Amino acid sequence: MINKQVESIAAALEGIQDGSTVLSSGFGAAGEPVELLNGLLEQGARDLIIVSNNAGTGDVGLAGLIRERRVRKIICSYPRSADPHCFDECYRAGDIEVELLPQGTLSERIRAGAAGISAFYVQVGAGTELSKGKETREFDGKLHVMERAIHGDLALVRALRADRWGNLIYRKSARNFNPVMAMAADRTVVQTNEICPLGRLDPEAIHTPGIFVNRVVCIGPNQEVEQ
Amino acid sequence: MNKMSRSQMAWLVAQDMWDGAVVNLGIGLPTACANFVPEGREIMFHSENGLIGVGPAPEAGDEDPDLINAGKQMVTLVTGGAYFSHNDAFVMIRGGHIDLSVMGAFEVSQAGDLANWTVNAPGVPPGVGGAMDLAVGAKEIWVLMEHTTRDGKPRILKECHFPLTGKGCVTRVYTDIAILMISEQGVEVTAMVEGCDLEKLQAVTEVPLTVHRECKVLSPPDTI
Repeated sequence: MINKQVESIAAALEGIQDGSTVLSSGFGAAGEPVELLNGLLEQGARDLIIVSNNAGTGDVGLAGLIRERRVRKIICSYPRSADPHCFDECYRAGDIEVELLPQGTLSERIRAGAAGISAFYVQVGAGTELSKGKETREFDGKLHVMERAIHGDLALVRALRADRWGNLIYRKSARNFNPVMAMAADRTVVQTNEICPLGRLDPEAIHTPGIFVNRVVCIGPNQEVEQ
Repeated sequence: MNKMSRSQMAWLVAQDMWDGAVVNLGIGLPTACANFVPEGREIMFHSENGLIGVGPAPEAGDEDPDLINAGKQMVTLVTGGAYFSHNDAFVMIRGGHIDLSVMGAFEVSQAGDLANWTVNAPGVPPGVGGAMDLAVGAKEIWVLMEHTTRDGKPRILKECHFPLTGKGCVTRVYTDIAILMISEQGVEVTAMVEGCDLEKLQAVTEVPLTVHRECKVLSPPDTI
């Protein structure tokens, strides 16, 4: 029997090593796997490389990991999201390295990592500061930048519904980076509001097939989300 | 010369959006353009965090933190709208499926170069978001910005001083005093506010301007 559901966040995150590359979904607070990130703080892994669009909102989730100096480097497109004070403080202290990428390049590098594509060429960023040091090549008379794939040791994903095979459905614009990150890591851990019996999720409407998912933990209905 | 308010600037851009256009609005002032689309025009607003058919802000009590725009403001979805992943959002952008991107800017050059992601302020971490992707992928890029800096210096320049977002991508600039078209022929003024003329406009613009033969006087509503 295949059962990817685990009983606790601690069980879902057991064995995560120091120095891991962690793909953390979300766009601001929407789709951010806050409970799993809080769990990673408790779990204790440090020296992490985080791949995430933003660098934390408020004090919980990714912001907490950054505040506690667990994150050595962040690969992101827009670190200063709503209320970025934990990141700001860490950055000013010189305690975090930032690799800035155009947002679409960030998501496509993760997709490449998911799809077994080592690198690709893209026009975005060519001739700008963000392509400094990167290999370039002309296609059709236009300058392109070579971008390498990003693959995670761990992906943290937030779903609305899941089943024991790891099939996932996301909610509204909380989907954002979740589908691509779910596909691009050695271990994909999902927090879900609801676990459904196998067969309940409409096969025509599953956003992420369970093949990409390793562990699922049910966190129950959402608390009031702070703004 | 009466400078336009920021709402009036956004109104102006909205009047030029055409029926059926797929439009991405940048964070800040461009987002306000959606409030002023003339009746009878159906426009699909795309947001790079994974939705198309972005609607107005929700009524009190209907806010949903899972339904936000690229500026992370809570929004609604219009009938016919759709959600998708970030990858699909950028397939739409880079793949040339977005008709129009309206962005703010620090500077625009006479060649249509765009500088809008960093002013290299010391100690402030830069963020780029989707601006570079849009600069490359959107079919058309309009900039919405004040004509000069706060201390009156030109922002339409021979060469941008700040780091570039994209090269040769801007085709129009809407400012608080004029509308300017950028092409290989140079920068042409197609509209100015009342009381403005070429001499006054040229004094606050670094690049040589020409005036379109049917140059209009801008008259946005006062009450917005």
